[in-house]
Amino acid sequence: MEWTKLLIWVAKGAILVNAMLVSAAYMVLAERKIAAWMQNRVGPNRVGPWGLFQSFADVIKLNLKEDIVPAAAHYQFHALAPIIAIGVAITLYAVIPFGDYVIIGGHTIQLGMAPNMNIALLVILAMTSVAVYGITLAGWSSNSKYSLLGGLRSAAQMISYELSMGLSVVGVLMLSSSLNLSTIIRSQADLQWNLFYQPIGFLLFFISSLAELNRAPFDLPEAEPELVGGYHTEYTGMKFGTLYLAEYANILSASALMTALFLGGWDVPFLPKLLGLQPGSIELALLQVGSFLTKSFALVFVVIWVRWSLPRFRYDQLMTLGWKILLPIAMANIALTGIGILLFKH
Amino acid sequence: MSAQKAPTNEMQRLTFWERIYLPEIARGMGLTFKQMFKPTFTRQYPEERWEPEGSYRGRPVLVMEEDGERCVACGLCSRVCPALAIEVRAGETTKEKERFPELFEINMLRCIYCGFCEEVCPEEAIVMSKDYELVFSSQAEGVFGKDKLLVPVAQLQERLEFLRQYR
Repeated sequence: MEWTKLLIWVAKGAILVNAMLVSAAYMVLAERKIAAWMQNRVGPNRVGPWGLFQSFADVIKLNLKEDIVPAAAHYQFHALAPIIAIGVAITLYAVIPFGDYVIIGGHTIQLGMAPNMNIALLVILAMTSVAVYGITLAGWSSNSKYSLLGGLRSAAQMISYELSMGLSVVGVLMLSSSLNLSTIIRSQADLQWNLFYQPIGFLLFFISSLAELNRAPFDLPEAEPELVGGYHTEYTGMKFGTLYLAEYANILSASALMTALFLGGWDVPFLPKLLGLQPGSIELALLQVGSFLTKSFALVFVVIWVRWSLPRFRYDQLMTLGWKILLPIAMANIALTGIGILLFKH
Repeated sequence: MSAQKAPTNEMQRLTFWERIYLPEIARGMGLTFKQMFKPTFTRQYPEERWEPEGSYRGRPVLVMEEDGERCVACGLCSRVCPALAIEVRAGETTKEKERFPELFEINMLRCIYCGFCEEVCPEEAIVMSKDYELVFSSQAEGVFGKDKLLVPVAQLQERLEFLRQYR
């Protein structure tokens, strides 16, 4: 009995990590393709049909590249930084519920590594803070001025936007009165999505997570014209690839988090009742996972879409937006939500 | 503050909706989304090659008839070449034209595709072809001799007809 449980855990973990890394690799391809389409180009189309195997070609190329470390770099930290980055990115997936539960051969299997953790949201906020270490360490240990500037910018930006990101979630917490992601998703059942109750919160969270992810229009840590490449200037080969993959894995986890918090997570409206699907059946589980992934990847598309539409902020504009605009709005949103709950829920 | 006062900075000039940027961002994103469905104009090069018109000046070639080259080794092309790319050494032949080029070399590393050689040629013996794919792996390979320069007249009809319009 204990062995099967352990086996299920290991299998779930293996599937999750591999699916995550492969989808991160494919998001790089998606980014290049979408960028190309938006600029009336064709995009990568040489490797496999429609360039579908480009991601594998990229990974093979990165693995075959020479690993160059600057002579003045702190070698240990230089090697540690990508590990922190990818480690944090993978850890975030542990608490995300991709579906409810499924019963196979008498075993109740939760769809997710730890979907019922009662401090899931705090774990996510804590891990995104740790992610700063990976990037700052990468910038500092390279011993290059461009890398250091990129790392510093990233640290300042992530700390600034963490506040409005954390505060924008508070509205959701007040509505569902739980930090448990599964409970938050259940409280949004039947199209009672938090998006409709917390539109400002969603917008704030989306903008702050763009800043947290170092994505355009907040990609100052990687501003090529100013910083050559940013915190990963001095990285080559698979170390660079790991930093890059971690970045894309974070985009997916942020999208999954937004799906769970605001878009009803794995909730499928009406359809399960219409088809008469029982909770715990494989069909319902597939439907739920499909729904969750569809919403997540739609958000990933929006993140990519934003990057190829908007110009980069100036550094002072970035700080003004974070501290003077988003933070007060987030606070006002909490107050408004409180008033709303007092008036309508009691 | 009176309303008549001219706006002094950008923040005063913009309306409220323009100042919060969100509608403008939505407009910009709508634009990029529309672009996604527009046709692309990319030519898939190695598979889809461009076929130039007769007016195109590709690499210069020597016209070859059934009984050999038209060239009479007068050396005008070599004389006119601004890049000094052409070298001709004349030899005698028993044919009607009496002279022929023993050696005819064009250094393709020097050629600037100006077409002066073709213009000055009294025999229509050297013309610009449609060939635009020139690759060498060494400097010596860039010097084209008669083996590479001679092209059957059938392949150059379009260019010869184009030239006749302006003679």
